[in-house]
Amino acid sequence: MEKVLTKNVRPDLSYVDLKAYEASGGYQGLRKALTMAPAEIIDEVKKSNLRGRGGGGFPTGVKWSLVPMGGDALQPKYLAANADEMEPGTFKDRLLMEGDPHQLVEGMAVAAYAIEASVAYVFLRGEYQLSEERLRRAIAEAYEQHYLGKNVLGSNFSVEMFVHMSGGRYMCGEETGLLNALEGKRANPRTKPPYPAVSGLFGKPTIVQNVETLCNVPYIVTNGADWFRSLSLTQDGGTKIYGASGKVKRPGLWELPMGTTIREILEEHAGGMRDGVKFRGLLPGGASTDFLVEEHLDVKMDFTEVQKVGSRLGTGTMIVLDDQTCPVGMVLNLEHFFAQESCGWCTPCWSGLSWAEKALDAIENGQGQSADLDHLSFICKICAPGNTFCALAPGAVEPLQSALKYFRDDFDRHIGEKRCPWKA
Amino acid sequence: MTKIFVDGRPFDVPENQSMLQACLTLGFDLPYFCWHPALGSVGACRQCAVKQYRDEKDSRGRIVMSCMTPVAEGVRISIRDAESVSFRAAVIEGLMQSHPHDCPVCDEGGECHLQDMTVMTGHAYRRYRFSKRTFRNQNLGPLVNHEMNRCIQCYRCVRYYREYAGGHDLKEFVLRNLVYFGRQNDGVLENEFAGNLVEICPTGVFTDKTLKQHYTRKWDLQLAPSVCVHCGIGCNTSPGERYGTLRRIVNRYNGEVNGYFLCDRGRFGYEFVNSPERLRQPRLQKGGQGETADGPVALVHARKLLDGGKVIGIGSPRASLEANFALRTLVGQERFFAGVEDEEHRLTARMLEILRSGLARSPSLGEIEKADAVLVLGEDVTQTAPRMALSLRQSVRQQPFELVDKLQIPRWLDHAAREAVQDAKGPFFVAAPHPTKLDDVAAATYRASPDDLARLGFAVAHAIDSSAPDVPQLTDGVRALAGRIAEALKNAKRPLVVSGPSLKCEALIQAAANVAWALCRAGKPAALSFTAPECNTLGLGLMAARPLGEAQQALKSGEADTIVILENDLYRRAPREQVDALLASARHLIVLDYLETSTTHKAEVVFPSAPFAECEGTFISNEGRAQRAFQVYVPEGGIRAAWQWLRDLLIASGANGAAAWQGVDDVLKTLAGSLPAFSAVPQAAPSAAFRMAGEKVAREPHRYSGRTAMHANINVSEPKPPDDPESPLSFSMEGVSEQPPPALIPFFWSPGWNSIQSVNKFQQEIAGPLRGGDPGVRVIEPAKPTEPDGPAGPDGNARADFLGAPPAVFEPQPDRVLLVPIYHVFGSDETSQRAPAIRELTPKPYVALDSEAARRFGLNDGDLAEVAVNGAVERLPVKVRDGMAAGVAGLPVGLPGIENCRLPAWARITRP
Repeated sequence: MEKVLTKNVRPDLSYVDLKAYEASGGYQGLRKALTMAPAEIIDEVKKSNLRGRGGGGFPTGVKWSLVPMGGDALQPKYLAANADEMEPGTFKDRLLMEGDPHQLVEGMAVAAYAIEASVAYVFLRGEYQLSEERLRRAIAEAYEQHYLGKNVLGSNFSVEMFVHMSGGRYMCGEETGLLNALEGKRANPRTKPPYPAVSGLFGKPTIVQNVETLCNVPYIVTNGADWFRSLSLTQDGGTKIYGASGKVKRPGLWELPMGTTIREILEEHAGGMRDGVKFRGLLPGGASTDFLVEEHLDVKMDFTEVQKVGSRLGTGTMIVLDDQTCPVGMVLNLEHFFAQESCGWCTPCWSGLSWAEKALDAIENGQGQSADLDHLSFICKICAPGNTFCALAPGAVEPLQSALKYFRDDFDRHIGEKRCPWKA
Repeated sequence: MTKIFVDGRPFDVPENQSMLQACLTLGFDLPYFCWHPALGSVGACRQCAVKQYRDEKDSRGRIVMSCMTPVAEGVRISIRDAESVSFRAAVIEGLMQSHPHDCPVCDEGGECHLQDMTVMTGHAYRRYRFSKRTFRNQNLGPLVNHEMNRCIQCYRCVRYYREYAGGHDLKEFVLRNLVYFGRQNDGVLENEFAGNLVEICPTGVFTDKTLKQHYTRKWDLQLAPSVCVHCGIGCNTSPGERYGTLRRIVNRYNGEVNGYFLCDRGRFGYEFVNSPERLRQPRLQKGGQGETADGPVALVHARKLLDGGKVIGIGSPRASLEANFALRTLVGQERFFAGVEDEEHRLTARMLEILRSGLARSPSLGEIEKADAVLVLGEDVTQTAPRMALSLRQSVRQQPFELVDKLQIPRWLDHAAREAVQDAKGPFFVAAPHPTKLDDVAAATYRASPDDLARLGFAVAHAIDSSAPDVPQLTDGVRALAGRIAEALKNAKRPLVVSGPSLKCEALIQAAANVAWALCRAGKPAALSFTAPECNTLGLGLMAARPLGEAQQALKSGEADTIVILENDLYRRAPREQVDALLASARHLIVLDYLETSTTHKAEVVFPSAPFAECEGTFISNEGRAQRAFQVYVPEGGIRAAWQWLRDLLIASGANGAAAWQGVDDVLKTLAGSLPAFSAVPQAAPSAAFRMAGEKVAREPHRYSGRTAMHANINVSEPKPPDDPESPLSFSMEGVSEQPPPALIPFFWSPGWNSIQSVNKFQQEIAGPLRGGDPGVRVIEPAKPTEPDGPAGPDGNARADFLGAPPAVFEPQPDRVLLVPIYHVFGSDETSQRAPAIRELTPKPYVALDSEAARRFGLNDGDLAEVAVNGAVERLPVKVRDGMAAGVAGLPVGLPGIENCRLPAWARITRP
């Protein structure tokens, strides 16, 4: 199948410079975009059914159409690439930024043009130092060739682009936590509405968009929405970078048509389970998605289909659980992460997750009581979407609530045997 | 109005508010923590969850936070829905996870919002069985106690302290369930309004450290509606007493005046009432030795002195209207002198004249908060009228709110509104001789000598209205600034000019009036607010007393030989030699006061009068609002209200009319009848005859404990509670069970609402006026007001002439400095400086120089300097304070250890 986003990524992951990027058709999307009206681009992106690749799956074109346009709009408007890839088990944006940084720069330039933003930030995970180096290099090259800066390619459009390294909190990757962090404040989430498209960074209209999402934009402009939709096996347009980690034969990332089944990703691309271990379940799209199990292997990995079976596509990068690994230990590990990363703003999150972590720790270490399981379920209910201020806690309890559903016997064994059966 | 449905019942509620606010106004018990009526909604605690339904057919609904849900036509919610009920209980359970459950030893116990809300949600049994998180507490100074283990992470403290009060040294640290609310290091909280944390905090993290010294539960306090006596603003307070000492003060909500907040001087200054320096028995001076006497003996003695003598009386701006009027009646109108510096007396008269004859209205604090362009001319408001500074700080949000409205963000959606406007502030200008605490919200500041500040004011007035006097020799910079200020004020909807007598500069006051009047003439409803130095400065001012300086004349000329001084330490009013001379030339001196002062030391007869908590009295605030402070408790010893002593002297001297003065009502009736300016004053509070269902209002909560036992160590038979024929309140827990009228609310309490948040139940609408209207009656109104939103432009008759003329340009002198007064919220006020906690925060005497002047005089920070001013020489350490106007230095006034030396004045500063 046709590779779009990863076509320039080299096997040795060496830097793809501007020349190489241009040679493969790079910046044609931006050139074409500058001949179009911003509204036309937004319309095309809407038609393409591009949905946010950071995990939310919100239709990108719709998001952009919320930005106030024209002379009355507050200025400057901002674009922020969310490159704070801190979701456990997720490393797809890293590949894109290290493997083909100009693609993101071009995607951001086009997106900025479409929403008439004059300042663009890459909000980059603090540990992604190679990405930083390559993005800075790519941005410098792009400035030199007038793809960025004042009067891009001689047009009336100007955009300045900056790389901002994150201080390193999971909350920085939440759309509005990211804005607060960019402003130099605590990365607490913000009240929504108003949405950032109306009142965002420094109070101005802002679009925050995942790296992979932005990388798709130039191709939609160049090749059109119909072409983009045709790449997909389902309603959601485009390709998707899927990934797998855990005890599979070949952990990694693959760009495949949107809607490829879990089984194909797991068995064909990841090579199936390692010898001697058996598949027990997987988190389809990062740590904050519900477990799926054997019966779900033929589900198509897109936003709609995964949701139908009680989980979420998330980032599309799955974490695989095998029979040699304790599911309680795995969930404890995850809940430790989420409890630690709670910003401390809303009660269900800061109190619920720390309680959940302590209860799981007790169970894993042979101190569990059966009432703990009821309470864990209760916490999952309390942290449901809408009950909390942002999506952290609802996401955090997704692996927990599904583990309680699919691996209940393992929890019971821990409590009954007063020990972790996986430990010697 | 909009129709909403709560549990199926329709209600009409005003728009532009959250469902939580609407539900509370409707009287529903809906728990909350992070929301506060003055701070708005942020959605952190999730405690106010309710079920919202799409329409009448939707039976599933979804949980929403009522604080984040706007009122809109047809919105349907359920408070009783089982899922939201259990969710709210779960939130409490989460909040209480690490709470120490130390209510029995917690100062907040019995008035704790967390206790109330926990009971309200029904969470009772603890399931959390793991270890609790614990914190280290900080020493935050003498006013506020810190106990972080009780924290429930509602964020109200930091939102109040930083976003509302403009403080910088309190912040949230760390994340998850470990968020720590404190300072970077131990240390005194820097903000002058830090004491409000005690009421903002829903539990016992921040508590009143002065109360801790003599702790009493809220339900064991005897309380009365009172008015703060520590500056001229007149904040409403609820002082509480037990066992004959005052235990603490909490805010008494008045929507027009102090709203939800007090300043720390007002909250913590009360301890002067418990001072060992209190006068408790009459004292007769015989042969240089004072000896106590019974009241009747002292009265007889005093009458003898008065009988033969030619008596004058010296009133006081810190004494009530009743006391001042009683003295005025005793000595006669012509022999009644104002007990203030002559310049202050003159300026007070001038301010009153401006406010009563002019175009501009003096605004309440509530109106000041809503001003959308402000010029502060020559006042360091944070130090001279502290609570007003907190209101001014809110005013800078008014213009940015227009953007918030445009973005269709509800103003009460606090963080969204703040993020939308970021650091944008409305036009706010501060002109003062030195940096002030409000500079951080100012669009521009101007530092100059008092005369030059006045020149700026005149220039602003001229820029608004060219018929106002022009200012010659104005520099381009000042002219441009004046133009900018004029433009901002002209373009505002509710412009405000603030000035006052602090710099003793009449031109400043005239300039401020001219600016406000110029705006009024241009059709703007400009407000004009003057600070007043003391709690009854304007009340005394309206009595048309003679200036203190003339008292010396009267004694010298033989017109008088005996002085009666009312609650006044004259040594604070004039230089020592002058007061010495004045007192020495009097044959007899009678002083009424509640604290020992340099003046009481000289008196032949001292009558121990009652301070605010021990008697009833009426005060007129800087707004011109007459407000009644009721007696909290009956003091021990021979203490009586000053007006009662004076009445008895009147009776003893044969003035039989005074015998009719049985209570404050009677005094005020005579006052209202004899001086028209006071005709409305009796309406400030219901009269002593007021009853509800035949009953009085109880000063004690119905849970007041130990009445039969509290004096059992002295006498086993329970004494009858004291009668109070003078007011509609009783010294008892028996009384009306309904809500009393607003002026008579001794404390806020409602079933299930034991904390200060119970004020919700007393308001017409949340954060609005109290039911029955906010207390107090305005007695000062402009003759020709320009009404807000009224018809534009005054009619032809309403053309007040502009006042005065700009002073000459200030010329700095190479060898001298103009010494101006510097005020301190902690220390400059006479009575609060006698409170131990305030004393701890009072600066030591100093002279303030900027670094240029210090260099010129060869002085460094901390060096001792010799300050020669008005013939006196003082040795004071130098405080280098940058940003002082050129040629100007500062001397803190009113502090213990600093003598009155009539500032501003030229001074020579040298190295000793």
